[in-house]
Amino acid sequence: MATKDVIILADLLGTNKKIAADIRAALEKRGILAVNLLSSPGAGKTSLLEQIAIRLRDAARMAVIEGDIETERDAERIRAKGVPAWQITTGGACHLEARMVARVLPEVPPDSEYLFIENVGNLVCPASYELGERLRFVLLSTPEGDDKPKKYPKAFTTSDVLVLTKADLLPHLPFDLEKVKAEALELNPRLKIFVTSAVTGRGLDELIAFLAAERRSLAAAHA
Amino acid sequence: MHELSVVAGLFETLEAQARENKADRITGVTLKIGRLSGVVPELLESAFDMYKKGTIAAAAKLTVEVVPLRVRCRACGAERGVESYVFLCAECASPDLEILEGTEMILERIELETDD
Repeated sequence: MATKDVIILADLLGTNKKIAADIRAALEKRGILAVNLLSSPGAGKTSLLEQIAIRLRDAARMAVIEGDIETERDAERIRAKGVPAWQITTGGACHLEARMVARVLPEVPPDSEYLFIENVGNLVCPASYELGERLRFVLLSTPEGDDKPKKYPKAFTTSDVLVLTKADLLPHLPFDLEKVKAEALELNPRLKIFVTSAVTGRGLDELIAFLAAERRSLAAAHA
Repeated sequence: MHELSVVAGLFETLEAQARENKADRITGVTLKIGRLSGVVPELLESAFDMYKKGTIAAAAKLTVEVVPLRVRCRACGAERGVESYVFLCAECASPDLEILEGTEMILERIELETDD
């Protein structure tokens, strides 16, 4: 009997990263700005997308991929705003993987300007999986508490943008906005932070302006 | 809890390596898992033990080496570990840090056995 040691040095997420890189290249070539949205369940990802749909209507073409364990509910909410949406049901998996997105991608209209991918509600696992996005958003709603960034560091260190949601509830909650911003920036000094409310509309125009600027710089880079 | 997905991917690589090396079984698997990799070593071990039954690695021992987070400051060049996830240079307070290690999830090496 012979024994042998083999050095491999393979990335365990290598396959996902490769598929994500292919998706990213295909989308960026077409000038489509892809955004991967992460948060815990109920932080307001779908509500934020509804508000973005209302504000982008007529001004830009957007498409949405919804990830959930079960049901079409989120995709139906987005379609009700006149935006094409595809539901991926993972049947139990706690995160989206690039290969799931790759399967839907041929259906996304090639002249789209924005593709939002709403991940499964979970502040842990989705952080490890690139989906081919150009920007990663992490959402944190005020009722979840101001202690979350340090408790779930990877979601915050791998994101480009922090969207604080449900800011209309701030007067009712012991939520220290400045502490959250400071802790999030300690984790990730590059993080751009928006304080928003889907109810009052706070911060949404700023967020739309940011998206539009990002989309213009992507289009210019691939013109 | 995405450790099972990670392990499923790992076994694709293990089966391929065993075929390539014409091995009859895999007896050892060593992973390097960064502290900020997003997976929990203990859960990886449970997932591995659950998954390995009936595979070419059924008798394999899994070793997980945990890699601490280390960064290098692009402003002053200082290299050091990161405690409590404060991503500011401890020497010059610059936020321009390059992560050297601690986010990886790597299959480092395997031990194979061949009959005859």
